Amino acid sequence: MHTDQLIACPTCDVLNRDQDVKPHTVARCARCGTVLAAPKSGAMTQIAMLSLTALVLLAAAAGFPFLELRAQGLSHQASVLDAVLAFSRGPMAPLSLATGLLIVLLPAARYSALIYTLAPMALGWRPAPHAAAAYRWAERLKPWAMAEIFIIGVAVALVKVSGLARVGLGPAFWAFAALLVVTILTDNAICRLTVWKTLKSRSAS
Amino acid sequence: MENPEKPQRFLTAAAAGLAGCRACGTANPGDARACTCCGSPLAAAGPASLQRVWAWLAAGLIAYVPANVYPMLRTTTFGRSSENTLIGGIAELFSHGSYGVALIVFFASIVIPVAKFLAIAYLAVSVRRPAALGSHGRLVLYEVVEFIGRWSMIDVFVVAILTALVQLDFAAAIAPGMAAVSFAISVAFTMLAAQSFDPRLIWNAESENLNDHA
Repeated sequence: MHTDQLIACPTCDVLNRDQDVKPHTVARCARCGTVLAAPKSGAMTQIAMLSLTALVLLAAAAGFPFLELRAQGLSHQASVLDAVLAFSRGPMAPLSLATGLLIVLLPAARYSALIYTLAPMALGWRPAPHAAAAYRWAERLKPWAMAEIFIIGVAVALVKVSGLARVGLGPAFWAFAALLVVTILTDNAICRLTVWKTLKSRSAS
Repeated sequence: MENPEKPQRFLTAAAAGLAGCRACGTANPGDARACTCCGSPLAAAGPASLQRVWAWLAAGLIAYVPANVYPMLRTTTFGRSSENTLIGGIAELFSHGSYGVALIVFFASIVIPVAKFLAIAYLAVSVRRPAALGSHGRLVLYEVVEFIGRWSMIDVFVVAILTALVQLDFAAAIAPGMAAVSFAISVAFTMLAAQSFDPRLIWNAESENLNDHA
């Protein structure tokens, strides 16, 4: 048997035979149960569209007013950039850079890479040059793209200050909240091995 | 000696002289350095990956100490300044009656990091000696650690938002403390420790044990 017809399970290294899997069914590794293929009709289009949505929401989140605090006649507005720059004074400056990367730049990079890889495939075209490298980076960035964790942090912070002052929520807050939903939908729609298989077969033909 | 009752039903890529790719599942020729399909570097599941796990884990543990000792927040209200450590912040939330949020923060900053240190250490130890938890159980543990580890970063973001938001001149101002930095470093290092752990080791140990018993 040629090695093209085998899948080495990414989790336990067992060789599984690569069979054609019908849409909306799931193929699992015989030993550990890791999902090896989960083709869904239109999944590529769905992921590309969700990624585009996420990019728009990220841009909105970075640009629009985020939160406003009012207490005793005083008020203070904070943007997402202010939250990123919270650590910028003194020796903590590198943490500002890390925060900016985690909540805005890395999610943006991941979604851009997903669009770059999947949009041509959704349209039935050949993969773009270096699509494999782009998708590999999208997968590597996944744990470090923390926009959805940031919004939970915002919720916790709001409860902390709610006793102290009134808080106004700006459009950027709602953009982040929507981003949480879009991120979960995207992550559910992506089946890594199916994307690789499609990439491989489209590059060959 | 062959064991007729428990035959080894599963053939791994490594046993077949192939190199399985952990990113895309391609079975590459055994001498390949990088995956022919996706270009990811290929490395056999060996002790080298365990060394990396222990190194990142130790670094994460060391960074977790100052994260608990130093103040996370410095609050100034009408000229009076007070400092809050990680535990102090949770106690304050609890005393204000926000039990739900206190619980979330308690889980994110105390329970999850400590459980994660223990879980990664257990996984790394268990591939060397017989473990009480079966392979499937340990795989679930690994997946939970991978999934949940990044959520500890909540605390750092809370500090960032509070600092950006609560700037009412004299009335109230919040500044971040050194603990925020060490906490962020600790979370990042433990994430790297979990990512360095090669889940194939869980199953390698199992097939070796099977061979020993045979």
